[in-house]
Amino acid sequence: MSATMQAPARRGRLAAIAEWCDQRLGYSRFLKQHVTEYYAPKNFNFWYYFGSLALLVLVIQIVTGIFLTMNYKPSAEDAFASVEYIMRDVEWGWLIRYMHSTGASAFFVVVYLHMFRGLMYGSYKNPRELVWILGMLIYLCLMAEAFFGYLLPWGNMSYWGAQVIVSLFGVIPGIGESLVEWIRGDYYISDITLNRFFALHVIALPLALIFLVVVHILALHEVGSNNPDGVEIKQLKGPDGHPVDGIPFHPYYTVKDLVGITVFLMFFAGVVFFAPEMGGYFLEHANFQPANPLQTPENIAPVWYFTPFYAILRAVPNKFLGVVLMALAVISFVFLPWLDRSKVKSIRYRGWIYKTFLFSFAVSFIALGYLGLQHVTPAYTYAARFFTVVYFAFFILMPWYTKIDPTKPVPERVTYHAH
Amino acid sequence: MRIKNIALALVVGMSWVGVSLAASPGAGLLQPANNDVANTASLQRGARNFVNYCLGCHSAKYVRYSRLAADLGLTESQVIENLLFTGTSIHDTMEVALPQEAAARWFGTTPPDLSLIARARGTDYIYTFLKSFYLDPKRPTGVNNLVLPGTSMPHVLWELQGYQAAVYDGESDPARDAVHKKFKGFELAQPGLLSPEEFDQFVRDTVNFLDYIAEPMQLQRRKLGFYVLGFLLVFFVLAYALKKEYWKDVK
Repeated sequence: MSATMQAPARRGRLAAIAEWCDQRLGYSRFLKQHVTEYYAPKNFNFWYYFGSLALLVLVIQIVTGIFLTMNYKPSAEDAFASVEYIMRDVEWGWLIRYMHSTGASAFFVVVYLHMFRGLMYGSYKNPRELVWILGMLIYLCLMAEAFFGYLLPWGNMSYWGAQVIVSLFGVIPGIGESLVEWIRGDYYISDITLNRFFALHVIALPLALIFLVVVHILALHEVGSNNPDGVEIKQLKGPDGHPVDGIPFHPYYTVKDLVGITVFLMFFAGVVFFAPEMGGYFLEHANFQPANPLQTPENIAPVWYFTPFYAILRAVPNKFLGVVLMALAVISFVFLPWLDRSKVKSIRYRGWIYKTFLFSFAVSFIALGYLGLQHVTPAYTYAARFFTVVYFAFFILMPWYTKIDPTKPVPERVTYHAH
Repeated sequence: MRIKNIALALVVGMSWVGVSLAASPGAGLLQPANNDVANTASLQRGARNFVNYCLGCHSAKYVRYSRLAADLGLTESQVIENLLFTGTSIHDTMEVALPQEAAARWFGTTPPDLSLIARARGTDYIYTFLKSFYLDPKRPTGVNNLVLPGTSMPHVLWELQGYQAAVYDGESDPARDAVHKKFKGFELAQPGLLSPEEFDQFVRDTVNFLDYIAEPMQLQRRKLGFYVLGFLLVFFVLAYALKKEYWKDVK
């Protein structure tokens, strides 16, 4: 009896505390601005799941990473054994480790699809240039994060992969060799290198990533989300001052993303529980042997998410130019907002020329990814050169082909059919 | 087994990455191991084989004896009596009795730890490797191996398998190139204690054990996977219904 009588009083006290905090923090205003009254276009399709999924994978990586560091030992002597200790002796250690290793690949899958969405619907165009550039910085950080993390298990592929990638900096004229030594902190990949990569992997880059993700989302909420039609919903507001084609992010997109997250987790669990090695693509076979400076693996290839760029590197006969071209292949995305001269954003209203170029670009990216995993043969090298040309043609010719591309008229409102 | 897992992962929707098993050396001549880590009897025989024939030189230093008892359906005293030759306590790992420096002196290289060999090389590789020793007087051990030419490992299982000779077609010279294109097959030069079928089973059991110790939780992992997917399926139905309900207002 007394419990039921106390309940409203307790709720009242909690509300009072919340009120007290809000007056000093202003979180309700923040929640309104970014969640409950952030108006997003109502016509998001399949491709719009990958932003929130990337956020989910970031959280998975941070949480599993924290638990991994509780048992991992960042020293050349103990690293490999400590990973096996996690896999065998730590309660649920294998699950945490597989989630983290699968999460690394999942992060790139999700981010590549997220970026491709941007290309299809012109999400990088005015006024979202900064959202795009911040996204590219996130991508660069992610690549560094993945690279540093890959050394930590101290398997033989970790060792030789790091050896190959770090030595790329050696081709820079003049300072190359000393730069490589500076990165390694030693004359070869050693305990010292492992220690600093660990520091960068668990502190420096995660901090940078979280910061950039927050700024990426703040910038997005400032200009508003693009959508598959590339229509600016803010240009048509209702009497309530909200975009007529916009719906509050919460609850509409939170419940919709929950469905997407569940489907994603099914894929994720499929890998974690039934094929954690993913046939040697997510966990490479050679990495089940400890690092051995005297024995190179038969085929040193980076993990699949780096292989498109690795294929470009190998396609160029001159090593220095190869590294330059590889770096350009990554950086070129940054310039898209200014390379694209089209009047329309979305692929729905673009002409056949842009569609052809985008399709060829996607095919060449996948083909280069495949070629980067293979042993070098003359035929493969020619194929890699061909796809490298196609890859760069997408960027270099963009100012020209987006200008002459026959576009269709963009409607005033988004296309949406209520279900 | 591994291919089956990948197929399963594909079924649950991994359509975004092309899957093919990474080629190992001599992949063309590998025979399928066809082992089954769910077969406890085979694992028990494999553990016995491993302890009797491998552990003399090769360690499995990440594998704990107590874990074997739990996973292989054995009591701790059974493990202590039948398997525990190198450790002093059931909580020890499978260290090797042979001093590493001595091994390096005798064989020219330290015999590798076998805890993860099945994941590093694949079960088919080990299965075929153990069956591919053949007489080669040019080698210090008197044998060579078709899968790993010039291996420093002697034919440890000679007593069981006997000795086999490599038969070549044409005038090719086996001494110059062991993995010759014209290799035809093996011929038993001296029979061992086991029949060829019994020996195949012996090797299969051993490989099965190596597969198990490379990832001791693999059965548990798959079993849990079905529960997790089942949960997610139910959750998906609920989440989808919730989404439908909310999106009714979006016109």
